[in-house]
Amino acid sequence: MRVVITAAGREWDSQVDQRFGRAACFFCYNDEDGTIQIIDNQSAAGEAHGAGTKAAATVAEYEPQVLITGNGPGQNAESVLSRTGVEVYIGAGGMTVKEAYDAWCGGKLSRA
Amino acid sequence: MNIAIASGKGGTGKTTVSVNLTSYLCRTRPAVLVDLDVEEPNAGLFLETEVVSKTITYKQIPVWNQASCTSCGLCARVCEFNAVIQIKDDILIFPELCHSCGACVGLCPANALVMESKEMGVITHSRKEKLDFVESRLNPGEEQAVPQIRETKSYLARNFNDSMLCIMDAPPGTSCPVVEVVRDADVVLFVAEPTPFGLHDLQLAVKAARSLGKEPAVIINRVGIGNEDTESFCREQSLRVIARIPNDREIARSYSDGKLLFEEFPSVRSAMESVKGYLDEAEQRFFANQAKANQAKVRQEINP
Repeated sequence: MRVVITAAGREWDSQVDQRFGRAACFFCYNDEDGTIQIIDNQSAAGEAHGAGTKAAATVAEYEPQVLITGNGPGQNAESVLSRTGVEVYIGAGGMTVKEAYDAWCGGKLSRA
Repeated sequence: MNIAIASGKGGTGKTTVSVNLTSYLCRTRPAVLVDLDVEEPNAGLFLETEVVSKTITYKQIPVWNQASCTSCGLCARVCEFNAVIQIKDDILIFPELCHSCGACVGLCPANALVMESKEMGVITHSRKEKLDFVESRLNPGEEQAVPQIRETKSYLARNFNDSMLCIMDAPPGTSCPVVEVVRDADVVLFVAEPTPFGLHDLQLAVKAARSLGKEPAVIINRVGIGNEDTESFCREQSLRVIARIPNDREIARSYSDGKLLFEEFPSVRSAMESVKGYLDEAEQRFFANQAKANQAKVRQEINP
């Protein structure tokens, strides 16, 4: 399963970025083969308008099954993400990437 | 001749100045007040004009025709505003983000996108004696002020002569909507406030105006609060301060009753008289330039 977590940094112990559209990067984890891929989100985060739709399109390219974030994507980003079938989980603000992943595994995060 | 009344900081008195100035001028001459603060126009609260016409405005939004699409993705790549998004073979369009630039439609090699009209807002034209009032209002939920302002400017061009004095009450800030108002104004007036916040935003606004090749003049409102820094800034920058309105609780009270201030307060009346003097000078220059341009045109026609 491919899981994407909005992150402020590139490590397991980096903080989760609460924001979706303007998140610093996307921490992408494939729990079947253990591979990690970091997708830089600088280009969307710097947009004056439409950061959410652009970030959603970026995330969609990785084809994740799960997205974990803090506040949750806005309406526009949400309508892009809903086309991809990804399940969005929120409430990971204040956690590290690892804590957020573990919380999701333990069923402690709620669906957006 | 177009006069833009802008500010940088919100709440400095743009509408107060616009309404009072236009009403003051219209005692003796015709003028148009244009409320271009399209997200929250409120100049109408102070006027008792009668509606002449209402015009619905439309913006152009691309619509996708899946059948002819080849999924090349060019439309999504050229969109500067992320209003066109490609998800595999799907194209999603977000009308609220769209600036109606037409790049996606123009560049689509398969003609799979066409522009369609979408209702955006309304322009209400009203009148009382010599004063014409044009209120531009964006529909709730619409995010883009610029297309609505552009439509209103084209409405003005269709309905009024070039030489008509149009006083345009701009939105606050220094972003695109303000730029759209200021960019082809003949005179730019900033209503400033002598506070640190007011000065900060005035500095930004002056920078924005100058980068558009406009030299603004300043009206300082609520003189007596804050500090001297706004005055010093204007001196250092050789900005002409053409009027000052004192900070007065009674002025605020009268404003909140929706009254015209120059009728009641000599300080406001003399401020409006000063602004009028500045506009008279600007108008002479405007007509002189127009005459020169006309002569050049005639010369060109006679002797091409």
